[in-house]
Amino acid sequence: MKYISLSFAIALGVAAVAAQTPQQQPSELGIELKSSGGAPPRLAVPAFVALSNDAETVAAARTISDVLWNDLNYEHEFSFVARDIYTTIPAAKSIDDPPLDRWREVDADGVVVGSVQKSGSQLLIRYRLYDVRSRPTRQLVGSEFTGSANPRRYAHTISDEIFKKTRNLDGVARTKLSFSSDRDGERLAGTIENRTVREIYISDYDGENQQRVTVGRTLNSFPTWAPDARSIAYVSWRRGQPNIFVSHIYDGTLTELTKGPSESYNPAWSPDGTRIAFSSTRDGHAQIYIANKDGSNVRRLTNAPSLDTTPTWSPRGNEIAFTSDRSGTPQIYLMSADGLGGIQRLTSEPFADKPTWSTSTNEIAFESRTGARFDIKVIDVATRTVKQLTFGEGSNESPVFSPYGRHLSFMSDRSGKLQIYTMTRDGRDVRQVTKNGENRLPSWSN
Amino acid sequence: MTTRIARLALVISIALAAACGSKKSPVVEPQAPPPADVAPPPQPVTQPTPRIINEATPTVPPVRDDALTSSSLDDLNRNSPLKPVFYLLDSSDIDPVAKAALDENAAVLKQHATWVVTVEGHCDERGTAEYNLALGDRRAAAAVAYLRSLGIAADRMKTVSYGKEFPFDAGHDEAAWSKNRRAHFVITGK
Repeated sequence: MKYISLSFAIALGVAAVAAQTPQQQPSELGIELKSSGGAPPRLAVPAFVALSNDAETVAAARTISDVLWNDLNYEHEFSFVARDIYTTIPAAKSIDDPPLDRWREVDADGVVVGSVQKSGSQLLIRYRLYDVRSRPTRQLVGSEFTGSANPRRYAHTISDEIFKKTRNLDGVARTKLSFSSDRDGERLAGTIENRTVREIYISDYDGENQQRVTVGRTLNSFPTWAPDARSIAYVSWRRGQPNIFVSHIYDGTLTELTKGPSESYNPAWSPDGTRIAFSSTRDGHAQIYIANKDGSNVRRLTNAPSLDTTPTWSPRGNEIAFTSDRSGTPQIYLMSADGLGGIQRLTSEPFADKPTWSTSTNEIAFESRTGARFDIKVIDVATRTVKQLTFGEGSNESPVFSPYGRHLSFMSDRSGKLQIYTMTRDGRDVRQVTKNGENRLPSWSN
Repeated sequence: MTTRIARLALVISIALAAACGSKKSPVVEPQAPPPADVAPPPQPVTQPTPRIINEATPTVPPVRDDALTSSSLDDLNRNSPLKPVFYLLDSSDIDPVAKAALDENAAVLKQHATWVVTVEGHCDERGTAEYNLALGDRRAAAAVAYLRSLGIAADRMKTVSYGKEFPFDAGHDEAAWSKNRRAHFVITGK
């Protein structure tokens, strides 16, 4: 039955491509898999074969298979053959001839085999995913890659390809996080207080490859990836008051979206990347505004004596959820993105802020005061059903959905210091992704 | 049931076609007939390397002839005659205690008529990072509004919100929180 489900998924994918029809939605595919009855397919990802003995190739082969296992495990779509069994099975002599009978004996449904070869200054990586249970042996997915990228990048690419082709699912292995960090320990100038500079960092989704992308030597925080994952809007105090800057991190250029003497913060990109919603005190106190991404054409969206802040866009870009204290306490509200029409209250919590809209379900995650501190909750926009995802292990704040809504990132001081974490959309598999210094306010790239 | 069987038949036939296709070349992915039946060339996997951005240095306010050096401003701020103003949880109200502190600050600012100040709005960790930016601004603005009502010129007072980003006491209890909900005065010109 497992075999049917795995091959059925492939067949559906092939049929969709063949007919040039739109691809299957993950939900439809999920329903088929569910109705076919089996547990998730069981995969094995033995060490990739190094085709030469030099240290770089051997290390790359080990890294790629380890990272690939981790990437494939992250989505909870597959189960896995226990890795301590791998050593009992001889390595594939060639990726075209893996010992599939042996993998079948340990109850694998699929096995990913691969090789790494040095090719001048570059690596050549080949892999195949075999359906272990079919006779004759059937290769489900396979590709080869070359380049001089970090070996982890090849694993991420392979993982995304396997998810796309076997589950029609967009994986997050090549997405990135951004956050604000004080790890450099540099003291903030211009004040007698003991304050530490914070800079914007980026990392892979799993916390690897952390890199600094600002050198403001000031308080830089609240990073927000642009939908094209090439720019980051963030809030900087470098001119005194907090204002919004956009760093085009791969071009080395900077746009000053808003300018003082008023304050602007909490930037949120429209899904099409053309506009940024934010809060600003330019007319007195914090209200919601929208500007084009170059800072032009600023329009005021809310007009209330309350503090209106922390906007987020609906996946289609036609609605904005935001925080307002108009009822007396901060709560999440909805309005249309053109600011016309009514404003609807969404939450009835002691204190709710930082709405983030899932792109795959009509749900908004937010931070909610539970006792003295905060936890992450999710509200179904249609039914208003609220689910709590974290339960008082430290304070859990500033949630953001992964691009396809299957995971959330947030910050928590559960380890003693503020750090960035990820978890599944139902609150399982919490993983700490930063360790160095204190790290705050995550954003997740497409 | 018949549709299931029909569907299964479709699946098997497509799966077989895919299997046959993959025999021709080990690299090909299961693919529909179309044109090229050859292995795709290796795809380069490149990852853009983010460059560190050299951003503009902060603009330094023009230094007036009679202005003191910043270190003497630091000394002044270390022993500042301007008192912090404290707030209740989730509130920017100026209560009687806060009023008394601001009354004294107003007297100091009248006595030193050239002083220019920045009023920093701060919040405790019991609020959220995002909302606290707006609340910190409202706290600083409330302090400034009260000082204006006492006759202090608006152009002598700037506000900046730090939300909960720079607490004065790193503790996690009410003793710390009550110190962190404040409007903090910094003398920036003399």
